[in-house]
Amino acid sequence: MAKREIIKKRVPVPERDPKERIKDFKEVKLGYTPQLAMEEAKRCLQCPTAPCVKACPVRVPIPQFIKLIEEGKFVEAARKIKEENIMPSVCGRVCPQEIQCEGACVVGKVGDPVAIGALEAFAGDHEASVGYEKFEIKEKTGKKIAIVGSGPAGIACAADLVKWGHDVTIFEALHEPGGVLVYGIPEFRLPNETVKRELEFLLNMGVKLELNFIVGKTKTIYELLEEFDAVFIGSGAGLPYMLNIEGLNLNGVYSANEFLTRIIFMGANRFPEYDTPVFTGKRVAVIGGGNTAMDVARTAKRLKEVEEVYLIYRRSEAEMPARVEEVHHAKEEGVIFKTLTNPVKFIGENGWLKAIECVKMELSEPDESGRRRPVPIPGSEFVLEVDTVVMAIGQGPNPVVVEGVEEIRRGKKGEILVDPETLMTDLPGVFAGGDVIHGGSTVIIAMGDGRKAAKAIHEYVMSK
Amino acid sequence: MYKIVSKRELAENVDEFVIEAPQIARKAKPGQFVIVRVTVRGERIPLTIAEKDPEAGTITLMVQRVGKSTYHLSCFEEGNSLKDVVGPLGKPTHIENWGNVVAIGGGLGLAPIHHICQGVKEAGNNLTVIMGFRSKDLIFWEDKMKILADRVIITTNDGSYGMKGLVTDALQKLIDEGEKIDMVICAGPVPMMKAVAEVTRPHKIPTIASLNPIMVDGTGMCGACRVTVGGEVKFACVDGPEFNAHEVDFDELMNRLCMFKSLEKVAMERFQEKHCGCKRG
Ligand SMILES: Cc1cc2nc3c(=O)[nH]c(=O)nc-3n(C[C@H](O)[C@H](O)[C@H](O)COP(=O)(O)OP(=O)(O)OC[C@H]3O[C@@H](n4cnc5c(N)ncnc54)[C@H](O)[C@@H]3O)c2cc1C
Ligand SMILES: Cc1cc2nc3c(=O)[nH]c(=O)nc-3n(C[C@H](O)[C@H](O)[C@H](O)COP(=O)(O)OP(=O)(O)OC[C@H]3O[C@@H](n4cnc5c(N)ncnc54)[C@H](O)[C@@H]3O)c2cc1C
Ligand code: SF4
Ligand code: SF4
Ligand code: FES
Repeated sequence: MAKREIIKKRVPVPERDPKERIKDFKEVKLGYTPQLAMEEAKRCLQCPTAPCVKACPVRVPIPQFIKLIEEGKFVEAARKIKEENIMPSVCGRVCPQEIQCEGACVVGKVGDPVAIGALEAFAGDHEASVGYEKFEIKEKTGKKIAIVGSGPAGIACAADLVKWGHDVTIFEALHEPGGVLVYGIPEFRLPNETVKRELEFLLNMGVKLELNFIVGKTKTIYELLEEFDAVFIGSGAGLPYMLNIEGLNLNGVYSANEFLTRIIFMGANRFPEYDTPVFTGKRVAVIGGGNTAMDVARTAKRLKEVEEVYLIYRRSEAEMPARVEEVHHAKEEGVIFKTLTNPVKFIGENGWLKAIECVKMELSEPDESGRRRPVPIPGSEFVLEVDTVVMAIGQGPNPVVVEGVEEIRRGKKGEILVDPETLMTDLPGVFAGGDVIHGGSTVIIAMGDGRKAAKAIHEYVMSK
Repeated sequence: MYKIVSKRELAENVDEFVIEAPQIARKAKPGQFVIVRVTVRGERIPLTIAEKDPEAGTITLMVQRVGKSTYHLSCFEEGNSLKDVVGPLGKPTHIENWGNVVAIGGGLGLAPIHHICQGVKEAGNNLTVIMGFRSKDLIFWEDKMKILADRVIITTNDGSYGMKGLVTDALQKLIDEGEKIDMVICAGPVPMMKAVAEVTRPHKIPTIASLNPIMVDGTGMCGACRVTVGGEVKFACVDGPEFNAHEVDFDELMNRLCMFKSLEKVAMERFQEKHCGCKRG
């Protein structure tokens, strides 16, 4: 192919005005139109070595799908992506592209990298708007497989297994399926509709779903093994870490999980139309620098009662693990960043949070791992008056699912230990993947695990 | 959907529901609870499994009307269905043959006490139940408890039935009379549990309290239910709901229960406006 000229500037993705969008929970990014998508697709150099593909955890055939978009073959583009990633509309929106596919894009060396994520979301949305093609289901095998959890790991695992003719049932603890995609990530970033249509597609393919079913409580793993030929655990990392500092249990102190569950999952932003309340007061502080912290800050910003939102992070902005776009959007929406700052204690009055005592931090010399550790600056303590604080400092796997199951070993952080090739645990027939084995990762890694496990499960049940 | 097999009013503001939930009925143990969502827009509220019938596939809930969700629930009748019921949640009560056990319940606390007492008796203990009510017409489950326990003591605040006074007065009396008590289990309003803990503390009688903090998911995911026990933060939904009463920070629990008071009032008022047709609206 003739060498293409490099177009340095990316075709911008239309977005809603920050002043308007903070009044509601509707999606911030409007997405490419067909014209814009085709124009952006032209920027891809179709590199034979495709470094972008190597940087994608599931190896989406990037140049190929972009070529199809350029040719106006949008549905074909979506199906191309789906060979490796069954939820392009989701991943296109939430993957940390800057450290994955787009981070490796050759065009990025001289200008903006190709907008792989936005193109992927466009293709996925387009296919959904014209209707999914049902995939072919292989002859029924008569094997029954149980999937614990309906997050990205469970969804991806179920999709492959049902295709191969197995009888698949997903057990979900909550009253709606989708995992973090519906109870964590807010609608202004990932509309629930997007997740719902993927789930509906799965159910149409014959996957069964049992809600309000807590594996470990309603039935144990052992009981599932009596009924099913194999079990996949994709129960995520739903155990919130808390800062063990003074004032933790004052009223007004939340975990990110509680805050987001109340609002995103239970509809507290629409209280009293919905029954679940959330109390915020006027000034909200969020502790953390990851995607969860950004989601909490931007969610808080959208609540009527809230006037000011602070983001407290102990390192500098460069070290924030959140997606770059999220940081950018949070700033645009008026979140006040307090970086190199660490909370020391929560100060209360009559049982209610009134303020946070913080200390300024500085970054020390890099240690052996090359990471600069934040250290407090003596005497730099100050008090920030707030009504609510939300801790978004990470989470670990919830032990409920494997409680009392001695055969399944767990690591220091409670993560389930598996064979790295097959993702099988030490209990034969039980596999695990997603956040429950990493302690916390990304949507695409969880989906990759789900597919990897599906392959191993298929082999396992067929050789039994 | 979880069908209501039967419903009856036990006393003013207290209903008993028998609900179809075969998987939960099969697994439920004393001390465990479910989370219920009445309708699609409903809140997730925890309610104790007061009794189960694995053969019939039902569980019994005892609900005290205190706010929007519990009032709304009381509008549901036999044949209606609840949107969501999930469980059984929480750790089952650790039950042994302790010897002489006193179980104390007031109001909504009678739900856990009833199920726990079944276990306590099965383990071969001698069982005294102390039930507290404000007055005679609010009494319920006297019959049920009498079948279960070796002795039932009822207290009423106004003395209209049984012993006049509080449950702690009855407990103190037993202690003063020199009865050897090996274990006390209590459930009910926080001030009651706190008072029970204070009565048993000087006598070093082991005491368990079944706590009722605000919950959302009930699976250890949100931390809304955190309580301080022995100086450590615990999640009541997975580490409890029962704890050593002598180590619980009851004042903190009481404070945390007030976190949404102002909003709960809004919800309740709105509910009353909208449900004027309902017999309790
Ligand atoms: C607020 C927030 C924002 C995030 N933003 C991003 C982002 O922008 N990009 C990105 O790539 N990643 C992001 N992540 C991380 C990403 O969401 C997770 O890595 C991913 O969802 C993990 O998928 P999973 O399937 O392993 O688990 P989950 O999505 O957590 O799903 C697990 C499911 O299992 C259910 N379950 C748990 N225990 C049981 C049980 N005992 N029985 C039955 N069911 C059970 C849960 O209810 C849940 O539905 C974010 C996470 C959070 C919390
Ligand atoms: C483990 C456990 C077992 C329980 N068992 C029973 C029972 O068997 N019978 C019974 O009648 N009640 C029980 N409760 C209490 C019951 O959950 C609350 O009364 C109910 O949630 C109140 O909801 P509401 O909307 O009617 O009232 P609201 O107006 O919302 O609240 C009234 C008061 O109830 C408490 N409360 C509110 N929301 C919650 C919540 N989500 N979780 C817990 N408490 C809350 C608060 O103190 C609040 O001030 C139990 C609670 C727990 C934690
Ligand atoms: S799945 Fe994620 S990392 Fe892979 S190409 Fe798509 S957006 Fe990039
Ligand atoms: S590296 Fe960039 S330019 Fe090259 S194929 Fe991938 S997306 Fe296209
Ligand atoms: S109710 Fe959410 S952790 Fe206990």
